Amino acid sequence: MSAIEVRSVTVRAGEKTLVDDVGFDAPSGEFTALVGPNGAGKSTLLRAIAGIEHAASGIVLQDGADLLALPRRARARKLALVEQDAATELPLTGSDVVRLGRSPHESIIGGGDPDAEGIVADALERTGATAFADRDITTLSGGERQRVLIARALAQQPQVLLLDEPTNHLDLAAQLDVVTLIENVTAAGVTVIAAIHDLSIAAAHADAVVVLAEGRVAASGPTEPTLTPELIGDVFGVSAQWTRNPLTGRPLLAVASR
Amino acid sequence: MIARRWIVTGVLVLALVLSILAAVTIGSAQIPLGDVVASILGHLGAPVATPDPLRDAIVWELRLPRVITAALVGAGLAISGAIMQSIIRNQLADPYLLGLSSGASLGAVSVLLLGVAFVLPVAAFAGAVLALIATLALARAGGPVTPSRTVLAGVAVSSLAGALTSFVIFWTAQGDSYRDVLSWLLGSLAGARWPAVTIAGIALLVVGVPLLFSGRLLDGFAFGDTSAAGLGINVQSTRWMLLTATALLTGAMVSVSGAIGFIGLVVPHAVRLVVGPGNRILLPLAALAGGIFLVWADTLARTAFDPRELPVGIITALVGAPVFAALLLRRRRVA
Repeated sequence: MSAIEVRSVTVRAGEKTLVDDVGFDAPSGEFTALVGPNGAGKSTLLRAIAGIEHAASGIVLQDGADLLALPRRARARKLALVEQDAATELPLTGSDVVRLGRSPHESIIGGGDPDAEGIVADALERTGATAFADRDITTLSGGERQRVLIARALAQQPQVLLLDEPTNHLDLAAQLDVVTLIENVTAAGVTVIAAIHDLSIAAAHADAVVVLAEGRVAASGPTEPTLTPELIGDVFGVSAQWTRNPLTGRPLLAVASR
Repeated sequence: MIARRWIVTGVLVLALVLSILAAVTIGSAQIPLGDVVASILGHLGAPVATPDPLRDAIVWELRLPRVITAALVGAGLAISGAIMQSIIRNQLADPYLLGLSSGASLGAVSVLLLGVAFVLPVAAFAGAVLALIATLALARAGGPVTPSRTVLAGVAVSSLAGALTSFVIFWTAQGDSYRDVLSWLLGSLAGARWPAVTIAGIALLVVGVPLLFSGRLLDGFAFGDTSAAGLGINVQSTRWMLLTATALLTGAMVSVSGAIGFIGLVVPHAVRLVVGPGNRILLPLAALAGGIFLVWADTLARTAFDPRELPVGIITALVGAPVFAALLLRRRRVA
């Protein structure tokens, strides 16, 4: 099982503390959403967990072993990050992009990865991006590109998938597609931690939430019990109440300015 | 797709060999291909009837080393340009981005005007290395080496070295030395003999060939630094290492040929338009295409206005720009 335990992670930039002594558990094979107002430190925390942002202190345990202590390439075989608004000017095809995800599994000079073709095809299929295999990535829509980028991360065959604002700038249908995709990924046993600034998406779909405010954890735990109207009022400055989505029967967080 | 890549590679290897042989036959004295081959084989120790001594000397002492130098320099500049464009993520990047050509020019022009031209390759290389050190030190000062900082530092160093070069020329050049200086500044292979082959050959073998295997790393930078880091690439040390290696390769090439422009910028783009942006296949093909291109550009430079020679840098720009424009238009129609 690959539950993730984040313990006392602190990230500083000069004098400023961006992430302050953050700790939480992300249950294995579940979707944990990092929520919080803009500037709460969500992206920085994700990057620190991925080992890309240097953490002044802290550990990220998976099965009791510290991921941050691993060599970069070994870490990239266990954990993949899809950063926010990733883009390129190069006319790479969808399968070129997904192929990049095999990079940590290859030898230093490339090659030595006999199963790559099959893994790339499988990753494209799992994200519904097979139709984009031969398409130029720069010509895809935002939602289509996001599927290809998630396929790239899946091609790394990670046990942990980190997503930074995966629904940002997408139209409504594409947002729901991405959420469904995340649910399929967790169903396959991958632990997903995603920074999501849209509270209603997190409330409706995440199994667990970590609420960040000014770089600190305001609350964390299973979604519905954790996101109390009082907490949402404190952190986001809005009134909130749980209800049911009449279309899906799922929990729905209704909000209004106060 | 994979089959097509091997076909393109095979065709280019063959084209490079044939280009070298053909270019040696061409010149103010036309020499039949048979004599060219016989002369080369003879010098390599094969038991063949050698052609007459004058032709043999033209082939072995003058044309062959010059043509081979052209192939090596073209390959080296194309590799450097391709790597620079990927690592800086800038389509306008070329091998001279870090101020190398300006630094090399300052070194070369100084010794040309001091009348000690025999140390020119050393001075040019030293100038290039000094410019590289200055640029990287400036790019690194107070933070990580990012693409934009690198480009800006290169601009600063280029401008300074360029100004110093102009000052040296203006202050000391007289009469005919202007032509020597100009020919070096524009890039010329007129003086390339076997020592030039040795310098360019060692640089290509020791630095250029290992760089051909950097495709996996370069591809990882397609979506920027964060993405590369997420794929397990050490972004800072990789960028540092590749910039330094391409700069040393470029410096060695510039030291034997002067700053030949356009190849490092355009050849990688042209090859990318044909085989796509993947660096694993791009790097070797760009090297081959760069070699072929410079062999023919130099042949044109020494024969077009025979007996006068043009600096080959003029030809690479004159021929390269329209070819590149044509490729760009074709791509627009395909896409």
